[in-house]
Amino acid sequence: MTTALELHDVAKSFTMHLQGGVRLSVVAGVTFSVHAGECVVLAGPSGAGKSSILKMIFGNYRCDQGQILLRDGARSFDLAMATPRQMLALRDTAIGYVSQFLRAVPRVPTIDVIAEPLIVCGTPRDVAHAKATAMLQQLNIRGALLQLPPATFSGGEQQRVNIARGFLPDLPILLLDEPTASLDAGNRAAVRELIVEKKRRGAAIVAVVHDENVREAIADRIVEVSKFAAAA
Amino acid sequence: MNLAANESEPLLIGEGLTKSFGRQIGCRDVSFCLHEGEVMAVVGESGSGKTTLLRLLSMQTESDAGRVLYRMRDGVTRDLATLGEAELRFLARTDWGFVHQDPALGLRMAVSGGANVGERLMAVGWRHYGNIRDAAADWLSRVEIDIARIDDRPATYSGGMRQRLQIARNLVTQPRIVLMDEPTGGLDVSVQARLLDLLRSLVAVLKLSAVIVTHDLAVARLLSHRIMVMKGGEVIESGLTDQVLDDPREPYTQLLVASILQP
Repeated sequence: MTTALELHDVAKSFTMHLQGGVRLSVVAGVTFSVHAGECVVLAGPSGAGKSSILKMIFGNYRCDQGQILLRDGARSFDLAMATPRQMLALRDTAIGYVSQFLRAVPRVPTIDVIAEPLIVCGTPRDVAHAKATAMLQQLNIRGALLQLPPATFSGGEQQRVNIARGFLPDLPILLLDEPTASLDAGNRAAVRELIVEKKRRGAAIVAVVHDENVREAIADRIVEVSKFAAAA
Repeated sequence: MNLAANESEPLLIGEGLTKSFGRQIGCRDVSFCLHEGEVMAVVGESGSGKTTLLRLLSMQTESDAGRVLYRMRDGVTRDLATLGEAELRFLARTDWGFVHQDPALGLRMAVSGGANVGERLMAVGWRHYGNIRDAAADWLSRVEIDIARIDDRPATYSGGMRQRLQIARNLVTQPRIVLMDEPTGGLDVSVQARLLDLLRSLVAVLKLSAVIVTHDLAVARLLSHRIMVMKGGEVIESGLTDQVLDDPREPYTQLLVASILQP
């Protein structure tokens, strides 16, 4: 099996200057790797640092220490050292991230929100729209909603829009932060299907999932994050 | 998978830009690179040097130290200070756009909306009246101004319409860089959202590079790839926009982020 992503001794802390410079250690010594076609689920109680690890991989949080290696055959690239431009390019071509919350520009129709990542990478508009439409059907979003901006949708609908946007491009690394948190059973199953399909296509997935059924269905390995608790 | 981004030459480089007004510091030692298609936000509160930086970049103000380098269309990077008056004027008409916070500064209020857009085209050599009018009409519709208003003067437009007209006037000649000073300042929230959406799609479609000065972090998050935080004329923190806003390191940036009102 080929390793796609490798974390070595990664640490993260926050210094809160507004609270008198209190230093808050989140995680330390985080070490694990993910293979292509494998899903690693990060487990642990709230506040253990699961989301922080995902955010460091995506470059959303700075990585204080250690290496986050993206592997492509014999080559590797340390995401912890990436320049903003490199990180932005990798987000288009290598690393996808689905968060719990949809952040979209007001007034942009749902279909465009979802198709955007494909269009950015050069997919023709009509092809991207056709793929986005198909993906939304799979996630049980009514066709009538496609031309509306997602701001007024229900929480579950917004989350599915977010999932569709994240799952549409075929990227080698996919980070999932509670993708099924506010979904009903039927839609949880649909998302589970999408994740399994992504694995089959060789994506390396790191996920934070609390729902036991979903976790059971997708996890190849569980990494307990509380063992990386930083010594305070 | 492409492990490293193509390291093309930057389009615009600021090097050690410094300007003081008497004892008052405008900008101190500001350096950055901007690549094609990249949008950089400059944030910080009033008086932090944001607007001075924009004026230095557009050669509206002469710097005390430092230089502005620009990669011309022929691929040669030149120091703007070495260009002649005529060359600079030509660049300002063709390659560069400048969107002022107050549209009245960037528009000619005494001529029609259509003429405001057409004038930039005439400046780059367009002569055929019909073509100019068609292009102006096309741009008015792109910025969602009713074509029926094409012959009205901007003085009769609302604030939001004026700002959109100013943007059309700047973009009609397909510039490579647009410098914007608080482009959504002073507008109603609904108008602001429309303008943001418009700017975002134009920047993406035209592969524009832009420097956007704003004190609104939400605007910076929506529009920019990278962000520079300024305080007292100096850059105190810079990086990926979401990284700086979600994991701010400097005390002042943390204060800015913590001060955002959550609706």
